[in-house]
Amino acid sequence: MWGLEPSHWTVLIVGALVATSCALLGVFLVLRKVAMLGDAISHAVLPGIAIAFLISGDRAPLLMIFGAAAVGVLTVFLVGILNRTRRLKEDASIGVVFPALFSIGVILVSYFAGKIDLDPDCIIFGEILLSHLDRIVIGGVDIGPKAYYVCGPILALNILLIGTLYKELKVTSFDPALAASLGISPTLIHYLLMSQVSITVVGSFESVGAILVVAMLVVPPAAAYLFTHRLWTMILLSVGFGILSSTIGFFIGWWKNCSMAGSMAAAAGGVFVLAFLFAPQQGLFARIWVRKNLRTRFRSQLILLHLQDEVAVQLEILRKRFGWSQRRLDNAIQRLVRQGLVERIDQGVKLTSSGLAQLEASGTESLSHRVE
Amino acid sequence: MKPAPILSQPSMDPSNQELPKSENHPPAIEVHDLTAAYGTQPVLWDVDLEIPEGSLVAIVGPNGAGKSTLLKAVLGLIQPLTGWVKIFGEEYSKKRSWVGYVPQRETVDWDFPTTALDVVTMGLYGRLGWFRLPRRSHKEQALACLDKLGVAHLAHRQISQLSGGQQQRVFLARALAQDARLYLMDEPFAGVDVKTEKAVIELLKQLREEGRTVIAVHHDLQTVNDYFDHVVLLNLRLVASGPVSTTFTDENLNKTYGGRLTALTQAAEALLSKQPDKRN
Amino acid sequence: MYLAISYTFQNVLLGTTLLGVVGGVLGCFALLRKQSLLGDALAHASLPGVCLAFLWMGTKDTYSFLIGAIFTGVLGSLFVLGVVRGTRIKEDSAIGIVLSVFFGVGVVLLTWIEKNHQSGNQSGLSHILYGQAATLMERDVWIFVIAGVIILGTIFLFYKELKLLCFDREYGKSLGYPMAALEILVTCLLVITVVIGLQTVGVILIIASLITPAACARQWTDRFSWMLLLAGLIGGLSSVAGTFVSEQFHRIPTGPTIVLVSSSVLIISILFAPQRGILWSWLQSASFRRRIREENLLKDIYGWVEKRNDWSRWPSLSNLMGVRGQSGIKIKKIARPLEHGGLLLVTEKAMKLTEKGLEEAERIVRKHRIWELYLARRLDLPPDHVHRDAEAMEHALSDEALAEFEELLGYPKFDPHGQPIPARRGSSSKAESKATGGV
Repeated sequence: MWGLEPSHWTVLIVGALVATSCALLGVFLVLRKVAMLGDAISHAVLPGIAIAFLISGDRAPLLMIFGAAAVGVLTVFLVGILNRTRRLKEDASIGVVFPALFSIGVILVSYFAGKIDLDPDCIIFGEILLSHLDRIVIGGVDIGPKAYYVCGPILALNILLIGTLYKELKVTSFDPALAASLGISPTLIHYLLMSQVSITVVGSFESVGAILVVAMLVVPPAAAYLFTHRLWTMILLSVGFGILSSTIGFFIGWWKNCSMAGSMAAAAGGVFVLAFLFAPQQGLFARIWVRKNLRTRFRSQLILLHLQDEVAVQLEILRKRFGWSQRRLDNAIQRLVRQGLVERIDQGVKLTSSGLAQLEASGTESLSHRVE
Repeated sequence: MKPAPILSQPSMDPSNQELPKSENHPPAIEVHDLTAAYGTQPVLWDVDLEIPEGSLVAIVGPNGAGKSTLLKAVLGLIQPLTGWVKIFGEEYSKKRSWVGYVPQRETVDWDFPTTALDVVTMGLYGRLGWFRLPRRSHKEQALACLDKLGVAHLAHRQISQLSGGQQQRVFLARALAQDARLYLMDEPFAGVDVKTEKAVIELLKQLREEGRTVIAVHHDLQTVNDYFDHVVLLNLRLVASGPVSTTFTDENLNKTYGGRLTALTQAAEALLSKQPDKRN
Repeated sequence: MYLAISYTFQNVLLGTTLLGVVGGVLGCFALLRKQSLLGDALAHASLPGVCLAFLWMGTKDTYSFLIGAIFTGVLGSLFVLGVVRGTRIKEDSAIGIVLSVFFGVGVVLLTWIEKNHQSGNQSGLSHILYGQAATLMERDVWIFVIAGVIILGTIFLFYKELKLLCFDREYGKSLGYPMAALEILVTCLLVITVVIGLQTVGVILIIASLITPAACARQWTDRFSWMLLLAGLIGGLSSVAGTFVSEQFHRIPTGPTIVLVSSSVLIISILFAPQRGILWSWLQSASFRRRIREENLLKDIYGWVEKRNDWSRWPSLSNLMGVRGQSGIKIKKIARPLEHGGLLLVTEKAMKLTEKGLEEAERIVRKHRIWELYLARRLDLPPDHVHRDAEAMEHALSDEALAEFEELLGYPKFDPHGQPIPARRGSSSKAESKATGGV
């Protein structure tokens, strides 16, 4: 269909599965300002995987996932206690813990190279293209790519977590103090979230590798954050952006014959850039527009107010008073003329009757004090 | 008998026993039509202000009124939308060495590995220029400044080991080291103990005796009358400014902190109400 | 130990050591400005730059790699800045975005080169990921040396300005220093260090070369200058140690070994450093607790005798056990150092205060009762409440604070329970009569 082979569909589906899983969790990472913990976990789980290998000697996915989740939680724990000793700030704690753990992992993998069949490149890049080939066969029946059976349940788990703990996650993300007073333990929620991140990270490694996981955890939710700060909307948008990124990334990777995972990450970046530029209110263009507009409006208002005392005034005097360039002055005056509040006379401007009326109207109205 | 000035070392700046008034006696600060905004939020609007030399001035107003912003605009730390500021009749960049800044305590990471003496020595950097390191004489000057604030014994303590009041005094000592004619202080009395407050006000009074000017953002209305001779009442725009005796009135305070607003603030309201609600 | 100082090993050792020193020093700036993770982002961001440089030059050329990497590194940091300043996205997310997206783009370029470019296979580009310290050539080392000299020289030259930048940026700006330019300078130095370090320890671990030695140094000193020196030293030594160890076990790559060495040093530093170390503060609080127990014992003995107003009778061990419900063994343990210090005389029947002990006991009792009075009068606490609170707080009261309280209360004579407040030393001879009474 559409010139896509079954293997392509597998890639698209796996990509979408991973993107969704990550987006669901990533929203909370971004809101709780622990995005880099996600990155740290994605690197730090290596020793967990390596040890699982050493123990099981084979690719027992369940043990790997468990081992990785354990190391993920350990990472978060170590970062926490380092930070709490007050000898290190939070960002520094992260920066010393995950390289140390990752180093242990690399050393284990190198030293026990024979026993651990881990390709470090695979950890970083993943090989999503191969996901179609790596299938599960039970009793001679091919029930589909292994990736489905790893990423699928993980996605289900994530949905379950978000679904059942939605309120708790929401409260602890926005107001931890309130949460504690309500009897919800922010620490518990934090660790639950982080173990789920570890599990998701490891489960996705084989398909998409560490880079893409981090990209999918952080970038689509951040892009969504530019559009809204309502939690539910943000989640939906993140999932949407994630799936969009993985799909576009697939086509780029296919077309240019390069790393799928990298393309998907790059595509996510592209989506973010577009959001950064075009989001209403938070987007760059929107901000420039508003600010530009705002300045002119300020200036018009200032001129109007100065006309309050002397109904007509020379342009030169206005220019000297404010120190504006001729163009800026003209723009502001033009605006007022268009609104019918002033009219041009000779070398200056004069309040019109409607301009006067507007001033008087705002003068007699009493507004309550604007409290910060 | 006039007390000796805080620093008895001759410096680049025109300050010996008592500062002669600058030529033509321009006001210490002249602000004209200053409007500033953070993003889309106006913080100062159309502020016109003159502050005479040799006075102790308090800037008061509610939170978010633009008090710190006014200081920063004077120092050129932020770009105003309109208006200009003159210091002793000239642009700030020309009179930089005449101005000393004491920022709010919260702006600094007190865990930074540095001692009280080090912090005060930073006040002398302006005189050192680039590439030169402070020498023993500079360190001694810095120590003298710490002594004037009564914290010389803390010179070699790391700054996080100091109490809030001691930290504030270190900050003031640093400004003192600059030997400036005009001091801009952001909340120098915030969160300090009684002893420090007394020390600070003593210092301010002595600075005034030497003919220097001090402008302080102040939050405690009770003490404005006792500590300062001039007051600036700010709430987005200038409510009033002048000698405390005539300006620090109930009516003006009402206007600053609540109640009816004048046309300018209402216009600001009107303008803002047409903006999309950012707090959504 | 069999040390093979081969030519290649020399290069490797020099290269890693230089990185260790420079990384350590520069890492202090990242650490203190809370930009530790920015280095991580810059490292990942350099990959596309290296690939672009390769595409431009057509071959592996270290200089052009450097320039390419610096270019995208600076681009990445500008992006972080732009996102944080302009949107509601916070710094950690911005760093994560730059890290993963730039790296993703880099990986795309890398794989494209390897698959489609004629000399893609020998590009040596993928070594960027893990670092291949073992493949360092003399030419690379010279670049390290030059870069190291430039970086360290710049830091030395601009030492006080950079210190100002890290500590109080706004104040520095008010003094007239171009803080924005200095910030760019530091970022550039950081990027150069990161890019150079990629070859030794790789993308993922470079951040440890920056942060870990700096974090170690911070535990040992409170002076900025010493911190820079120490960080450089620790970084350099870790590299030397790591390189040697890795050489012994050929299967273990150099980068991770260096990181583990410096991480171990960090753990040791956090635990054992004087003043800041955990062990230190634990010891301090242990000694503080001991002092409290001793003071309480002296106070109890004094109070016991005072209650009976008979300065010839001293409490026995069982008497004292009744005061706080402590075991006899515990009390004896507390009493031992007091005995050694000449404050107590312990006999079978009783524990007596010596004259010196009496002095000390009076001092403590004074503290306690003045504090009680303060709580009762100024804080309006009822007399039966104050005792426990005073117990908890009095040991922390310094002599100066005590004097101030006394003055505040008007030099009182009695505490809220009506017990007399012992006079200050030297103002009465009552103590002497107490001490000699009936020994």
